[in-house]
Amino acid sequence: MKKVQLLKLAHARSGDKGDTANVGVIALKPEYYDIIKKELTAERVKKHFGKNVKGKVERFELPNIAALNFLLHNALGGGGTLTLKHDAQGKVVSANILRIEIDVPDDLIIE
Amino acid sequence: MKDFIRIASGQGYWGDRFDAPIDQVREGKVDYLVMDYLAEVTMSIMQKQKSRDPNLGYATDFITLLNTLLPLLVEKNVTLITNAGGVNPVGCMLAIREIAENLALNGLKIAAVYGDDILNQIDSLIASGNDLRNMETEADLSLIRKQVSSANVYFGARPVVDALQKGAQVIVTGRVTDTGITLAPMIHEFGWAWDDWDKLAAGIIGGHINECGAQSSGGNFFAGWKDVAKMERIGFPIVEAYPDGHLVITKHESLGGLVSEQTVKEQLLYELGNPEEYITPDCIADFTSIQLKQEAENRVRVFGIKGKPDTPFYKVSISYFDGYTCIGQLTYSWPEALQKAQKADEIIRKRLQYLGLEFDEIHTEFLGYNACGGDTAPAIADPNEVVLHMGVRGKSYRDLNKFSREVIPLVLTGPPTVTGFGGGRPKVREVIAYWPALLKKDTVEAKVLSIEVI
Repeated sequence: MKKVQLLKLAHARSGDKGDTANVGVIALKPEYYDIIKKELTAERVKKHFGKNVKGKVERFELPNIAALNFLLHNALGGGGTLTLKHDAQGKVVSANILRIEIDVPDDLIIE
Repeated sequence: MKDFIRIASGQGYWGDRFDAPIDQVREGKVDYLVMDYLAEVTMSIMQKQKSRDPNLGYATDFITLLNTLLPLLVEKNVTLITNAGGVNPVGCMLAIREIAENLALNGLKIAAVYGDDILNQIDSLIASGNDLRNMETEADLSLIRKQVSSANVYFGARPVVDALQKGAQVIVTGRVTDTGITLAPMIHEFGWAWDDWDKLAAGIIGGHINECGAQSSGGNFFAGWKDVAKMERIGFPIVEAYPDGHLVITKHESLGGLVSEQTVKEQLLYELGNPEEYITPDCIADFTSIQLKQEAENRVRVFGIKGKPDTPFYKVSISYFDGYTCIGQLTYSWPEALQKAQKADEIIRKRLQYLGLEFDEIHTEFLGYNACGGDTAPAIADPNEVVLHMGVRGKSYRDLNKFSREVIPLVLTGPPTVTGFGGGRPKVREVIAYWPALLKKDTVEAKVLSIEVI
């Protein structure tokens, strides 16, 4: 096994629904999807974001587009117009999730 | 029946690139132009404008745009659907008529879709057993009843289809869903049944791809933003819809941008909740059924979509006044920029304490250091500069105003090498909060009014 940062394996987009941030993580190649699905659990994401996410993390699978969708609850300082955060709409949560390093098999070829 | 129709997105939100809708109509063949103007906070602002002048309450810069756009729409036979009507779609329709008369566009049919504004019916709705409780927190509306500033039902495609069937070429609505304005022309043109759930869901997904403008055609594109051509004139998306319910996402060749499986995937995931249950007034769409296939350059086929019956409820968006916020910023330079900004934060907090000011929240971030990443950002040694970003929230305007006066004095009384205070005192802003609720569909009725320019 080797450690690889998700940035090399996936792309992402995030947005907001009230105080919940959503972030979609999409495998850059279909063959990365299974390993991302195995490693990038809701628990792993919750741990990564630490105090940034006060509520629970939910995960949904979209195998049809080789993607996972995460809901990060109570993550935007109240959300909408209430929040004092600079990233009021969770626009850059997408970048932050891709900092995570996951274990991948040594023979997985990464471009 | 047409073999297919082309529905162009002209705007992703109020304030989006102003000439995009003009380019969409001018640079190639489209049949429909759809433009989204509304967000929760917009409805509240529009209610305020309408309370000052009963003729207002819609997006006035949309009317300005029509001076250029309307003759083009008529020349190219393109139908415009937009929710720019805000809380006064009929007023908006009359303003459009005036412009059309000035441009001598005789015979133009304009329609307004309204009935979504339930601000004046809240109490009678509650009295008749519709409690409008917060669908997320279950809280009772009485908690904030006095602070409510707008209340609108989200209508779907139905009333827009009615307007299309009346022959309108320009349709302005109140709170119709962003997805409904793209779905409606498909139902109108192809005669899809209201229980053909798979096709309705396909139209909804087309709407989701259109609703944020260039976000599906190369804007905000994580995977390959460096490869996107001519972003200064990025081509907004066009949904090419076919009678069998498959779609092709594309853009005009002459414009910039990029339509690929990756750009479409990113937009599909934007603001998505449970992918199997994308709930709209028209149907429930299943995002796990979507298949994508790049069939040519800048052409992505979207197919295989499944849908389920709609729910008996409309979503209601209620906005209410909820106090004030004020955010101040100061820029500290190297050396020890972070330490200086941290010291400034400490000083301001002590000043607030000394002055006896209390807030619901005081929040500090350091831009250039951790504002984007929070806990996930690794430490950096000695940044060139750091911006102190400090905000407070509370109910007392007086106290917020006092906070506003405490930021700039740091320039001469705090740590050295500080700049970026040219904007003066930070502004105290009203907080308009959002209260989502559900309402039985049979308690409100969408209305359509159409007129012809003579």
